[in-house]
Amino acid sequence: MPEVKIRKKVITVEEIFHEGGPPAAKPLRRAAALVVIHNPFAGGYVQDIAPFMDDLKPLGLQMARELVAALGGPGNVEAYGKGAIVGAGGELEHGALWHAPGGYGMREVLGDAKAIVASTKKIGGPGTRLDVPITHINASYVRSHFDAMEVGLADAPRADEIVLALIMTTGARIHARVGGLKAAEIKGEDGLR
Amino acid sequence: MTANIRKIVTFLEETRSEMGRTVEPPTRRAAAVAVIENPCAGKYVDDLSELMAIGEELGGLLTERAVSALGVSTALVESYGKAAAVGENGELEHAAAILHPKLGAPVRKFLGTGLALIPSSKKRGGLGVVLDIPLGHKDAAFVRSHFDGMEVRISDAPRANEIMVAIAVTDSGRPNPRVGGLTKDQIKGEDGLR
Repeated sequence: MPEVKIRKKVITVEEIFHEGGPPAAKPLRRAAALVVIHNPFAGGYVQDIAPFMDDLKPLGLQMARELVAALGGPGNVEAYGKGAIVGAGGELEHGALWHAPGGYGMREVLGDAKAIVASTKKIGGPGTRLDVPITHINASYVRSHFDAMEVGLADAPRADEIVLALIMTTGARIHARVGGLKAAEIKGEDGLR
Repeated sequence: MTANIRKIVTFLEETRSEMGRTVEPPTRRAAAVAVIENPCAGKYVDDLSELMAIGEELGGLLTERAVSALGVSTALVESYGKAAAVGENGELEHAAAILHPKLGAPVRKFLGTGLALIPSSKKRGGLGVVLDIPLGHKDAAFVRSHFDGMEVRISDAPRANEIMVAIAVTDSGRPNPRVGGLTKDQIKGEDGLR
């Protein structure tokens, strides 16, 4: 299969102190890793694309490591998400190639993360923004950690490119107060609660 | 509490071909988006129960509108998702209050099923902000062919004191899915995951 050709990488870290309410004792940090790769399948219909997932695994792992480093260690990471923006020459299914390697990379780095990694994807031109959904790493139903982060790059994806995104955050929404399952109540058996 | 709705917009997408290859049957997804007044805009409100009640009301209304736009019986709905965009005088937690405590139950009631978590996203933005609604299979979150997302945008919303609330449904997964993983015929339907 084709090698993974990277054009550029972006790491964004947001530090949120308050949103109009009382400043939190510990600011929330949300970090996104974006990598712009060449889409080896752009421009025509290719049936057999699945082997490219294995080629993307080292990249997923590397991006996950960079996010953990940006947030100060795996112990600080409480929620995650992933996404992809496919350039005009590709198809949505090329974005789906990111599910397995992106999730693998984050689980590998975080240890025993139990919850499914929330995700989204789209086709778009340079400057397209993507709202990447975020949920708790061990229990999808933890309400305080339902979140999303908008990502994108002004000059990507070009028609023959894909923007791959991974997100990790350090905690709940800054003024979380709508009840539901709390992180402290996680049973940790099924990845849901 | 009844939501003060300024407008409801529905979107229906039908994909018939991808990369020159026919998608048979076409994949279809629909979204219904309500633009509502944010009763908590412009100030810090501790108790968000008013917004939670609005979420319950919109859960039923928008699901009915979205399924109606899709034009199929509820039994044929395969995946779903929800999202909200809060205008600049609101906070992210207002979106959370609408989406998470009470919106899901009427969605599931209308559909008759819905074992899986309803995937969601939220943001704050100005007029014309783009909202990406994540999509996942309604009965088994790990069905890989149905991991998807739908973009919606309304040029004149949300105003500073408004919230856009969106629900999306589909009768299919992605066009021409071929990256493996759990398929819909393999769903056990016990835990909402597989």
